[in-house]
Amino acid sequence: MSKIDPSVDDVVQEENMLAHATLPRGAQWLVGVAALALGGLAVVLGVGIVGAAVIGVLAFLIGYPLWALLVENKRSATDKLVTGLVWTAFAVAVIPLIWLIYTVVSRGAATISPEFLTFSMRSVTGDDQGGLYHALIGTLIVTGIAAVISIPIGIMTAIYLIEYGKGNRLAKGITFLVDVMTGIPSIVAGLFAFALFTLIMGPGTRFGFGGGVALSLLMIPTVVRSTEEMLKLVPDDLREAAYALGVPKWRTITKMVLPTAIGGIVTGVVLSISRVIGETAPLLVASGFNPNLNTNAFDDSPMMTVPVFIYTQLSEATAKGVEYAWGGALVLFILVMVLNLIARIVGTIFAPKTGR
Amino acid sequence: MSIQVKDTSIFYGDFKAVEDVTMSVKPKSVTAFIGPSGCGKSTFLRTLNRMHEVIPGAYVEGKITIAGQDIYGPNVDPVAVRRKVGMVFQRPNPFPTMSIYDNVLAGNKLNAKRMKKSEADTIVESALRGANLWNEVKDRLGKPGMGLSGGQQQRLCIARAIAVQPEVLLMDEPCSALDPISTAAIEDLIHELKSDYTIVIVTHNMQQAARVSDDTGFFNLKAAGQPGHLVEFNPTKQMFTNPDNPDTEAYISGRFG
Ligand SMILES: Nc1ncnc2c1ncn2[C@@H]1O[C@H](COP(=O)(O)OP(=O)(O)OP(=O)(O)O)[C@@H](O)[C@H]1O
Ligand SMILES: [Mg+2]
Repeated sequence: MSKIDPSVDDVVQEENMLAHATLPRGAQWLVGVAALALGGLAVVLGVGIVGAAVIGVLAFLIGYPLWALLVENKRSATDKLVTGLVWTAFAVAVIPLIWLIYTVVSRGAATISPEFLTFSMRSVTGDDQGGLYHALIGTLIVTGIAAVISIPIGIMTAIYLIEYGKGNRLAKGITFLVDVMTGIPSIVAGLFAFALFTLIMGPGTRFGFGGGVALSLLMIPTVVRSTEEMLKLVPDDLREAAYALGVPKWRTITKMVLPTAIGGIVTGVVLSISRVIGETAPLLVASGFNPNLNTNAFDDSPMMTVPVFIYTQLSEATAKGVEYAWGGALVLFILVMVLNLIARIVGTIFAPKTGR
Repeated sequence: MSIQVKDTSIFYGDFKAVEDVTMSVKPKSVTAFIGPSGCGKSTFLRTLNRMHEVIPGAYVEGKITIAGQDIYGPNVDPVAVRRKVGMVFQRPNPFPTMSIYDNVLAGNKLNAKRMKKSEADTIVESALRGANLWNEVKDRLGKPGMGLSGGQQQRLCIARAIAVQPEVLLMDEPCSALDPISTAAIEDLIHELKSDYTIVIVTHNMQQAARVSDDTGFFNLKAAGQPGHLVEFNPTKQMFTNPDNPDTEAYISGRFG
């Protein structure tokens, strides 16, 4: 082929290389509707709703890439297949969550009332109005104790591991122990606290502080881990910059490294609180049951908590008990949500500002 | 403050990065270090304010004295050394949580030094003027230091270093992120600072070394994987016109390798 005008030839070639046939716009909706119709047909034919959903999703996952393969090319078909799989996985993960939220809210909302939130279960029998005030206060106290124990220990451990221990034997040992602690079944933490205070205060001691100790065993490893990750994110350049200004190491840590990482640290701490606030097993064992309000965590008497309240109400197996259990679940759920919200807000407030 | 270095070798764990350096840096002068990448200029510079040992496993052998005092002596506090010997790094590293104003005052703030507002303002203004940054930032001192351009950030770091008034200033390629105008400003600044401070600067720019320094040290590697060493240390004039060592001449004139 003789090239008379190379520029014209180039243009033709470019078009051939860069463009290809494409599916019509909205193709995914077409396939989606078709898949939906197939699912509907399956329902009509007597397949269960779950089976029909599976059929519909599969039809979409196969049909859409296949069409793309026929009209477009292999890469585009792969793209559509993987995109479809990712969305399916996302839905599989999110649907149960939304369902759970919906169930808790719809079944718990009716129970929530000013009385429910301000009454305890003191001498409540039959259809008397009771409430979870005692459990709510107990949860706040027990979780507060756990936080007061875990946050300083956890943060200081992380500071040692990152700032002082870098790779020495002690640090490796501590890291190993923290990993082991992460894996402790929560009931074992409860049994440990129960056994500990049985030894110290006599057999059968169940009280708020014991519950706090049990929860702190579960909380410390998460605080250490999340704080460690945040401290690692502070570049060594910044530490060196502070040293070069004649700032001692401890001041560099307290006045520069911690403020730089504080947003992430606080977020991690709050999330670790919301993780232990719903623990039931360790509290059953370590802080026990109590229908009455008990605000003294150090008094040798059980302290009720919201998860244990839910458990007891459910085991009553009366209509009212089940109702109260859902109410308790909703209260717990709101507590966790509020904590997560706080974590997010704090995280954004303290995040280093770029000013751009 | 003169700096005397005698038979100093510098290690990263088992790896010997710099071998057997002996030199004498004159007080209130500018000394430049030149040499190919990886020959240990930064490493050597960092031993002069005991920053080297911050890296785990890193250590120094030999003797370094500043104003007659052995900075690696048994009872010497590295923090005290660093207060006398300031440093500007190769990459700008302003503190991300601090405003421009606070960054300049970081040396005082992090050390919890109390001062009057007017006093602080004076320090900030003179340090920023010194680093040729004042006019660009005077209207936004409260804004984060990270919001500046790379070159502005580097000048902010210079301002931060001179705000604590060290007696020796170490600069590791301070102009590698700067435009020619800022570079010229920094070079002028170095000339001014020379009357009060002893300055040691690492640079890859021969003209810069020739322009700003009184003495120059040429570092080189014998071969890849070998430790770096000081090939020649002489007054800059002599170094650039009539060097003692043929390797120096080859490097300076660009015939190297
Ligand atoms: N943190 C470290 N750990 C181990 N080795 C290092 C470390 N930093 C530098 N080195 C090594 O020490 C040698 C000297 O490095 P140095 O950074 O001092 O070179 P340089 O002369 O400053 O180079 P450049 O001009 O590229 O900045 C190099 O071989 C380098 O790989
Ligand atoms: Mg370097």
